[in-house]
Formats: sequence, structure tokens, C-alpha cells
Amino acid sequence: MSADRPGLTLALHLGLLAVLGGLQLVLPAFHLAMLARIMVLASYAVGYNLLLGYAGLMSLGHAMFFAAGMYGTGLTIQHLGLGVAASLLAGLVSALMVAAVVGAITLRTAGPAFLIVTMMLAQAFYLATLYFNDVTGGDQGFILSGLGLELGGRRWALADPGVKYNAALIVFGASLLLSLWLARSPVGRVLVAMRENEERTRLLGYNTLRLKLFAVVVSGLLAGLAGSAYTLLFSYVGSTFAGVLYSIYPLLWTLLGGAGTTLGPLVGTLVMTYVVDVASGITTGYLIVVGAALVVMTLWAPAGIVGGIRARWARWLP
Amino acid sequence: MTLGAHLFLALLEGTVGALVLALTALGLSLVFGVMRIVNVAHGEFFMLGAIVTWYVAATTGSFLLALVAAPLAVATVAVLADRLVLRPIGYEPEGTIVATIGILYILQQLVLMTYGPYARPVAAPVYFRVDFPWFGYSGYKLVVAGVAAVLLLATWVALSWTRLGLYLRATQQDREMAQAFAVPVERVYTIAFGVGAGLAAVAAALIVPVQQAHYLMGLDALLLSFVVVILGGLGSLRGTVVAAFVVGLSDGLISVLFSPTLAKIAATLLVGLVLAVRGRGLFGEEVA
Repeated sequence: MSADRPGLTLALHLGLLAVLGGLQLVLPAFHLAMLARIMVLASYAVGYNLLLGYAGLMSLGHAMFFAAGMYGTGLTIQHLGLGVAASLLAGLVSALMVAAVVGAITLRTAGPAFLIVTMMLAQAFYLATLYFNDVTGGDQGFILSGLGLELGGRRWALADPGVKYNAALIVFGASLLLSLWLARSPVGRVLVAMRENEERTRLLGYNTLRLKLFAVVVSGLLAGLAGSAYTLLFSYVGSTFAGVLYSIYPLLWTLLGGAGTTLGPLVGTLVMTYVVDVASGITTGYLIVVGAALVVMTLWAPAGIVGGIRARWARWLP
Repeated sequence: MTLGAHLFLALLEGTVGALVLALTALGLSLVFGVMRIVNVAHGEFFMLGAIVTWYVAATTGSFLLALVAAPLAVATVAVLADRLVLRPIGYEPEGTIVATIGILYILQQLVLMTYGPYARPVAAPVYFRVDFPWFGYSGYKLVVAGVAAVLLLATWVALSWTRLGLYLRATQQDREMAQAFAVPVERVYTIAFGVGAGLAAVAAALIVPVQQAHYLMGLDALLLSFVVVILGGLGSLRGTVVAAFVVGLSDGLISVLFSPTLAKIAATLLVGLVLAVRGRGLFGEEVA
């Protein structure tokens, strides 16, 4: 943070959102659908990055927060017949509750144990979605249809590509600006201080346990928002999204883009989603690119794309 | 069957499962204890052991040869991974976790691309039935339990009475002091990683006639090994075996009486609970 440039930073972030908004005028339908999905998943990565990049906690169980949002929204629509807005709220509340409970349990541990316990709890959550398959639909999941939002005297059908793209943009924009604001806020700075030296931060009088819990809850809430939005925009709920791969994806996206950078999660998600898409057309074992990316990054590019750019050319990037 | 017979069956299944699990988890525990790293790819070494066993048994027709070849082949893969990836990053804790997740997917997807998405059986080398008053039980499973017990004992003997065992224990206790006393720490790391993977592979080779070989079988092995290592304490052989029995028996009991899924949910939640009650958790330094 040697050369802080708040004006330029804000202009860059708003400019990026404007470019994303403008792209819908020029991009063909296939890429628009891809980009809508990428923006929702990037919100998930933004949430993950708050925990890994700022608080310095590596979780391997974020899929349970994503899935909590997904099931909170999907099940209330399917079984209780809630509308879009109410079910979104239900998704956020379930993610919040899961994150608070998981945080309270896992933060009693430190180091590698945190990672393992988040992985365990996420696996228990995943198995529970299979076990209660008469409610959740298990592996098969279920499809929702006819989702729409009444707003301003008009009904916006979420299946419509234009509505879907702009809704995804709103979700991503909200997550991005929240993370930018948090990263630059006093709380964000203390989180970074804690990441760098927890002992010293505690010595300065900060309650590090409460800070970490805050980070887990906000991170889980953003993951839940993404899961809920994914359900609403892509009309599908299934246990795949609670599985271990969906805990590893946000880690990969965040690291590839650059942990601890606000734009890294989007860059990482964008690159990796396209790479996975291309690889899946070539081989059944396309997830090998996920493995290769993780190994290559740890060996040669631990700072990620945006992290590398910041270190070399733009020290002011948040 | 009566409840008593059910319980007896659960006890049998649990004991066999516990011994195989102890062998698998011991590999993970050894790696964590000696190298201080979390190896997320451990389950894939288990899976690879099963696949190699199938391959060797299918091409040569000899299960015994497969039982020897599987740990050797998998240990070779592990040593390569150690040399090419883990050593260059200096075993840095978070980097190692990320890298081993990467190795997990590389191995798993390579198996999917070559071996395919099939679950293939391997014929048991011996076939006989042990008749209990209530049901007949596969004799091979009892052989598995016996061989696993012998291998656990052999590992314990090797750790306690050989020079390599001394090196491993010395490195685990104090890496720098060990180095000062001319223990080749770098080589000990590589050996520990290879032996850890080999233990998982031999456990998989033993169980594959009962379970079938499949490219996704690594995740369960990994998670259960984590459960055992966390419960039993790092690098502690006795703790690992005791924890494997607790997990294996309760797994057998809940699987037979209720459902395997419920048993796995219980095992994973158990770990969360243990860590919540024991504060900083068994991975903390105070246990070592």
C-alpha cells in the first residue's frame, strides 16, 4: 500500500463494471451466457478471497456456504412456493447461519486443522444432501421453472438471457464493491495485519477471534449470495455444487487471479472457466487442467495474475 | 438375523475396515509427522494402488505380484512428486496443500483418461467361507485383516529398531537437531513421502478384491484418514491404530445397522466435535 490512489482505484472498478455491462451489446449469445455464469461464480470467488486473501485463512469447505445459499433458495421455492425475493433472502439467511456455526467450530483450530475441519464439515453437508434425497433430490437435484421478478410494474423473467446477464452483473458488482470497500476499510486493514502477524495484532488489542469470525461470516454470506443467485438464474439445484470440487474451485480461481487483490477473483474465474470449457471438449479427464494449474501456480506464480501485475507495474492496485 | 448376529457382523466388518484404515492413515500420519505437511493427495495414492493392483493382476494373473508391485509403483510416483513439486517449494505449508490438491486432480484425471470410469473387480487370491452359526463370512476379508495387522506390526518394528526408523523419528522430533547429527533430512523427507504413499497403496491392494477399483475411490480414503489422524494425534502410531479402530468399528456398526452414508456423516461430524471440545485440536504442537 505504498502508493494509495483511491480515485484511480474506484474509477478502475466502476470502469470494469461498465465494460462488463457494455459487453452485452457486442458479445454473441454463447459468450454472454458464459459470462453471466462467470460473474456469478466470480462473486463466489470474491467471497472466498476475503477469507484467504485478507484474513489469511484457507478453507476447503466453502461449497457448503455456496450450497447453503443454493438450497436455502431452491428448497423454499420448491417446497414452500416462495417468490424470487423471499427465496433469495432465505438463501442468504441459511448461508449466514451455516457460516456462523461453522466459523464458531472451525476457528477453535489453527493452521492446517482449520482447512481439514472445514473440509470435513463440508463433506458432512454434502453427504447430508445425498442422505435426505427425498427433500433435496440428491445427485439428480431438481429444476425450477418460470422464475421471475415483479419490479417497476413489469415482470422480469430470469430465464431471459438479457435479464440473466444484468442480474448476474448486479450480483457481481455488489460483491466486488463490497470487497473493495472492506479491503480499504479499517476492518480490512486489521484483517491484513492479522494475516501478516496474528500475535502482534492481538497485542495491539484487537480481538482476533472475533475478526476471523467476521471474515468467515462475510465470506460465507457472499458465497451464499452466489449460490442463491446461481439457483435463481440457472434454475437448477443439485448436490454437485456441495461437493469437494466446488470447494476447490474458488481456491483455484482466487489463487490464479491473485489472492488479496480485489480484481483477482474475476480474472481467475474468467480464465479458468474458459480453460475448463475448452478442455472438456478435448478429453473426459478435463479436470486435469485444474490440477495442472494448481501445481504450476505454486511452483512458478504464487502471486497469481493480478498479484503479479501489482508487484511489477501497479503498486497501487488494491 | 437377530440383533446379536447383526452386531457380530458389524464387529467383523468394522475390524477388517479398521485395520485397512489404520494402514492407510498411518501413511498420512507418517508424512504429517516427519515432514509437517498435509498431503491432500494421499487418497489418490490409495486409489492408484488399487488401479495398479487391478492392472498387474489382470495382465499377469498373479495377485501376490500385484500386492508387491502396487506399493512400489505408487511410492515411485510419490517420490517423483516430492522431487519435482514439493521440494522446489521448500515444503511451505500452504503451498504444499495447494500443490497436493493439484497432484490429486492430475493423478485422478490421468487414471480417468487411461483406465476409464469403470469399477473393476479383482479376483481374491484365496476363496473360502468361514461359517458362523448365523451367517457365512468371506475368508479373504479375514486374511486382509491378518495381513494388515502384520504390516502394521512390521512398520512399528521398522520405526523402532532400524536406522531408517531412527532417522524418521529424529526428523519428526527436531529437524534441525537431526540435521546437526548428520541425518540426511532431505532424503528422509523423500523416503517418508514414498513410504507413506506405499502404505496407502498396499492397503488399497489388499482391499481391492472386496471393493473394486475406481478412479474416484480416493476421496473417502483421504477423508477417513484425516479423521483418524486428527483423532489419533500426529505421527503417533499407537494413536493412529486406536483411532482407526474407533472410526472403523463405529463405521461398521452404523453401516450395518443404519446406512453407510450416515456412518460417514457421523465420522466427519465426530472430528468437528473433537476439535471443538479439545480447543486448538490435535494438530497443535502440544501433542507431538
